[in-house]
Amino acid sequence: MDAVAEQKYDLGVVRWFTVMAAVYLLVGAFVGVYIASELAWPVLNFDIPYITFGRLRPLHTNAVIFAFGGCVLMASAFYSVQRTCGVKLWSNKLAWFTFWGWNLIIVSAVITLPLGLTQGKEYAELEWPIDIAIAVVWLSYTINFIMTIAIRKSSHIYVSNWFFLGMMIMITYLHVVNSLAIPVGMFKSYSIFSGVQDAMIQWWWGHNAVGFYLTAGFLGIMYYFVPKQAGRPVYSYRLSVIHFWALMFGYVWLGAHHLQYTALPDWTGSLGAAISLAMIIPSWGGAVNGMMTLSGAWDKLRTDYVLRFLIMSLAFYAMSTFEGPVMSIKTVNALSHYTDWTVGHVHSGALGWVAMVGIGAIYHMMTRVFHVQMWSTSLINAHFWTATIGTVIYIVAMWVSGIMQGLMWRAYDEYGTLAYTFAESVESMHPYYAMRAIGGMVFLSGVALMVINIIMTVIQSSAQGSVQQARTATAAASA
Amino acid sequence: MAMQEKLEKNIWAMIIVTALVLSVGGIVEIVPLFYLDSTMEHKQHPEILWQRTEGQALADHKAGEGMRPYSALELAGRDVYVREGCYLCHSQMVRPFRDEKERYGHYSLASESMYDHPFQWGSKRTGPDIARLGGKYSDDWHRKHLRAPRSVVPESVMPNYPWLQNNEVDGETMQAHMRGMQRVGVPYTEADIEAAPEVLKGKTEEDAVVAFLQVLGTMVKLDESKVYRE
Repeated sequence: MDAVAEQKYDLGVVRWFTVMAAVYLLVGAFVGVYIASELAWPVLNFDIPYITFGRLRPLHTNAVIFAFGGCVLMASAFYSVQRTCGVKLWSNKLAWFTFWGWNLIIVSAVITLPLGLTQGKEYAELEWPIDIAIAVVWLSYTINFIMTIAIRKSSHIYVSNWFFLGMMIMITYLHVVNSLAIPVGMFKSYSIFSGVQDAMIQWWWGHNAVGFYLTAGFLGIMYYFVPKQAGRPVYSYRLSVIHFWALMFGYVWLGAHHLQYTALPDWTGSLGAAISLAMIIPSWGGAVNGMMTLSGAWDKLRTDYVLRFLIMSLAFYAMSTFEGPVMSIKTVNALSHYTDWTVGHVHSGALGWVAMVGIGAIYHMMTRVFHVQMWSTSLINAHFWTATIGTVIYIVAMWVSGIMQGLMWRAYDEYGTLAYTFAESVESMHPYYAMRAIGGMVFLSGVALMVINIIMTVIQSSAQGSVQQARTATAAASA
Repeated sequence: MAMQEKLEKNIWAMIIVTALVLSVGGIVEIVPLFYLDSTMEHKQHPEILWQRTEGQALADHKAGEGMRPYSALELAGRDVYVREGCYLCHSQMVRPFRDEKERYGHYSLASESMYDHPFQWGSKRTGPDIARLGGKYSDDWHRKHLRAPRSVVPESVMPNYPWLQNNEVDGETMQAHMRGMQRVGVPYTEADIEAAPEVLKGKTEEDAVVAFLQVLGTMVKLDESKVYRE
């Protein structure tokens, strides 16, 4: 029980963002498993409009990115900014506004997306009234974060905060520009951009939702939680400076690599691909920086399950930031684009990196904001293995199906005609779609273990009154 | 490193420098697309655009005469296409490869999606590309396929869309949608918009989707001997 922290910082909002993050991961991953199963067994669409693949897929992506990812980012940023700055949040009230606002946005997404209310742009499906709400709540989060740094007691701004800050600024740019639309009804609007310009702006958004929301933001998490959990300082300060600025400057350009060989002018796609290749260097610099933070403390991996999540996430981060640039090479992209390989790549990042590092941060924060031990350590261990195995099954299935699809589409027979019809390629995907659904289920079962563990921990904490004790213990000690 | 030292101590300087660094890539890659003539093929090849004369209705356009705005019915179909999330499994962007040419047809041009707000190029082919689907199958085939895809393509994993035939398209709503399109730069005339409710009377969402699918890739006649894109 850390009574000093409970008194010194605003932990209430962190507690509930942390719990909600776990709940949304369960929901988001469940929807993911369901739609994966729909692709393997289309009967699961049940002729019900609200649960068809096309309507649930945006719900899946929004739930895991914005509901789970958002809550993890908000919990961890609010938690770590206070500790690294040595002050309470600039405004606890504003933080609660962010909490309720963000959750309301998530609820509205859960309602509107199955109804088919969408802007039709990937990862930016939510309609204009919700987009406006997102902008407002996002700014409330950003302003609170910045002002907390502004009133800090420490002289330097800690590295994790640079990454959070970069994410907040970039997401503001992206969300505002990409969502510019003309409303034609309460829940219908048209993008003000069309065709090729809209495509470039969409992928500038799309890739940087990955690059900033899911990478820079989660690197902020990495830079705070890995050293904390390992009890070691960050391996190299210089490396983190290079990592930060290279990422801020470089990542922004990558969106164009999603549009190679399309009607986007060649110069734009090639520029995006060239910078994508160069991004291996800072990305690996960051991964090395995180992993080497453990130097001299590797033995902790034997006993510390939370640390295992964090280190495994860095391994996946290194792998997918290598795979990404490879896929942006034109000849590789010609094969991989439009196939399941892309889906596999996204999930090696999303499950392996984002979810794992987020889960590590959740477990780390749980004990420190509820002032009790986790209900079950062996459940954390079981979660670690299901998460890792599930992710590996998933991405292996997608590698095989993606490369196979790409090869089948371009295969010629001895007479110089296309060897396969499209339908034949669809048929060949079936075993891999089933395998992917199974990988997802394994991952999901781990998430269920986490949610049970968290619920039991919260119950334990409230039964013992540990939060209350932490508050009064300090008062008693100081009295 | 002295600069870094300063930034680490001053949050406002850090915000300004970060905001500037973050803006470069987007500006360089996006802004030129709005004014470089080479972006849109119809700047060099004006025949890609339909040369509409005064008083012509959208219905007067014949296939191959060039890009025109979607008719009210096609636009309604496109709205349904977006609503159902079709773009998540079907691309509308043929790449300049031999196999794609044989499977789907001529590679897609930027000008061919100039009236697409938002663009629907897609990023995944769980189903085939449909940029040039128009005219390849009969209306009747499309209806069967939409209601029960596996009745015509046994390997398909597409959901059934039986409800489209029961939903009517609303004329007034579509007028509002056309006005919105007009505001973002699609050249609908007042006459096009006024005629919409009459054209849409009694039409179902299925009629609309079929009309939309049948126009895809048919507006422009592309010349094999021409190089539209370097």
